[in-house]
Formats: sequence, C-alpha cells, structure tokens
Amino acid sequence: MMLMGLYNYWIVVVLMMIGFYIVIAHGNLIKKIVGLTIFQTSVFIFYISTAKVDGGTAPILVEGINQYSNPLPHVLILTAIVVGIATTALGLALAVRIKEAYGSIEEQEIQKKDNQSC
Amino acid sequence: MGIAVAIVRMKDLVAVIMLAGIYGLLSASFFVAMDAVDVAFTEASVGAGISSLLMLVAITMTGRSEHPTRHKPVLALVVVVITGALLIYGTLDMPYFGSADAPIHGHVAPRYINDSMQEIGVPNIVTSVLASYRAFDTFGEVVVIFTAGIGVLTLLSVVRLPEDVTKSYSLNDSMYEQQLILRIVTKMLIPFILLFALYVQFHGEYGPGGGFQAGVIFAAAIILYAMVFGLRTSRRVINQPFIQLAAAMGVLFYGSIGLVSLLNGGNFLDYSVLNADPIAGQHLGILLIELGVGCTVASVMLIIFFNFAGRREVQQNRRDKETK
Repeated sequence: MMLMGLYNYWIVVVLMMIGFYIVIAHGNLIKKIVGLTIFQTSVFIFYISTAKVDGGTAPILVEGINQYSNPLPHVLILTAIVVGIATTALGLALAVRIKEAYGSIEEQEIQKKDNQSC
Repeated sequence: MGIAVAIVRMKDLVAVIMLAGIYGLLSASFFVAMDAVDVAFTEASVGAGISSLLMLVAITMTGRSEHPTRHKPVLALVVVVITGALLIYGTLDMPYFGSADAPIHGHVAPRYINDSMQEIGVPNIVTSVLASYRAFDTFGEVVVIFTAGIGVLTLLSVVRLPEDVTKSYSLNDSMYEQQLILRIVTKMLIPFILLFALYVQFHGEYGPGGGFQAGVIFAAAIILYAMVFGLRTSRRVINQPFIQLAAAMGVLFYGSIGLVSLLNGGNFLDYSVLNADPIAGQHLGILLIELGVGCTVASVMLIIFFNFAGRREVQQNRRDKETK
C-alpha cells in the first residue's frame, strides 16, 4: 500500500478539522479558544512529522550517529508553542472582558445585545 | 489522539479543559516519538500545564457550562468535511512519512546538521539554530510574547486599594491553614522545580532545553506557590512591578547583545565577534540570549497568571459586598 505512507498527514487533517468544527459550530467563546488550540496543535504535529527521517534520531550531535531528524521545523514549532500560549492568554483575557461587558460569552446573546442597543 | 479530541464536544467546560490538557500531554509524547525532544518538552509544560490552568481561571470568571447551540450544525459540518476532503486530496502529492529525500531535508538543513559543530560548537542543533543562525527570528518571537503580556496587562489589570489588603489577609490565612499537607509538600517541591528550571536553562546547549522551556517551568513553580499559599502572600514574595520590569529587561538584554556584536564589527546578533575565539563567542552569545529569553518568558507567564487571578479576586470581593 503506497498510500499508507501518508497517514501522518491524514491524522493532522482530521485533528485540524475537529478544531475547525469547534470554532465555527460552537457559540461559546472559551470553547472556541479550545478549538483553536486543537487546530494549532495539529499544525505543530504537521511540521514535526515532516521533520522526521526514518532511522534518524533527535538532533543532538553525538559521536557515531550520522542520521538526524531535521532540526529546522523543531525550532519553528518550539517558539510557536510559547507564542501560542501567550496569544491564547490574550484571547482568554478578551473573553473575560466580554463577559464583564455583556454578562455572557455566548456569541448569540452578545449579538442580541448589540442589536438591541443599536 | 482522536479519542481525546472527539470528547471535546462536551458541554461542561471543566471537562473540556481537562481533556485539552490530556490532549496536550498526548501530543507531547507524539513529539518524542518523532524525535522532537525540545518541542515535546515545551508542549508538556505549556499545553498540559500552563494553558489548562489559565483556561480554568478564565472559566471561573465566565461561567462553567455552555449553552446548547440553537441553530443546526449541518452547514458547519458540510464546510468542515469539504475542507478536510480537499486537504486530504492535497496530501496525495506530499512526500511519504519519514522519507529522507523529501524537499524539506534539502536546502539549509544539511548545513545545520553537518557544520554547526564547527561553526557554533554546540551539540544540540535545535539550540544552535534557535539562538544563533536564526536569532533574529527568535528575537521577534520574544517581542511577540512580551507584547501579549502587555496586552493581558492592559485588558485585565486592576487598581488595588491598599486599605482592604490587611482586612482580608487574615481571612485568607485561616483558609489556607487547613491544607497543611499540601503546603508542606509544595514547600519541599518548589526549590527542586526552580533548580530544574535553572538546569534546563543552562543545559540547553547540550541536551533538550533552553530559555523558553526554563521560563515556563520557572513560572510554573511560582504559580504553584501562589495557588497553595494564596495570592496575597505570593504578591508579597514576588513584587509585581519587578516582574513587569524583568519582562522588559529580558527583551532589552536580547536586543543589546545584538547591538554589542554590531559595535564589535559583526552583524546584528552575530556572536563570533564577542570573543577572540569565535566558538567561545558563540557559546557566550547563546548563553546570554537564552537568559534574556528565559527572563521574559517567565515574567510574562507570571504577569498573565497574576492578572487573571487578581481580576478574579476583585470580582469575588465585589460579589461578596453585593450579597452582604
């Protein structure tokens, strides 16, 4: 089976779509942020899986080993994770402020209040 | 992996967040399986630790349960399935998993693997790419983290009135008196966590680790202290203006290393000129840069946590006053 060699991408696509579904189908803002986190992690897995080389090992140089996985995606994702948590925290902070201003974090109730005040 | 995610459709947000934490831990083990030890380290401390904690603090303020969605999610499902199908169609042209001749392994990667020992002299390639070859990118990322910290600070910071501090302090004290075992165990653990953070910080050149991971672990130790001993006590231990200053100093430190190497006649963030021996210069540069990164990451995580928790405290006090 030649196609089975692509299974890592399919896992990523499934995870990504689950995250995407949560973001567009749920009204709760916290739930949306969790969905975005799942989406984000699926992208991380995508990058890391492209870096893997069969028979390679972790990119820390040791005598006697010639085959290493690609270090470049690791670097990108390492920083992306920490930046991701910082932006998630910002999103949560916005959700908290929205709750204080509107009394709810459900998308529909927020829109209802917006329409009433217009 | 799919199992953990499928349950994320639950309505109870606490359960959702717990599952998200498990998902983070699972993906960390996934990263280990794919040789990305540095990434796994970060994901385990961030995805499973700090992010679930922040979300829990956030839902104590925004309410625990989710309203059922009224409109039917069929349209959303259709969109998702179509997008997914297109993406899977796109993967058919991708190189196979683990194949060594994929395009990604051409270009610069062989140079990093083959030459970094001579050029940088650091066994951990991830660290040498992060802190030396691509130090400029990392600088940008540190600035992004710093900006997010400022954003949370602007959104959530509250002006604290000095007079009600002493009043509720005694009340808090008796409350935390009850968890004696927890307090003692935490007290014993915290020095080790801090020590481990420092080890990760300074050992990043030789094993997995570095400023980003160390910063998060360091922050986790202090957050643990704050959760067990109460916010007020920890606020007296860790001065709020000080961590704000530390966050800014980390970024400034990073940038000024770049300027120092400019003044010594090299490129921005080119550490070879920092010392007569280029390799020693690289070592010095990486060590100092990682210190700046660790400083900023730790203090921004603390700023974020203290502001969320402080906001919650103010809301609770207000609610208490209303009920009285």
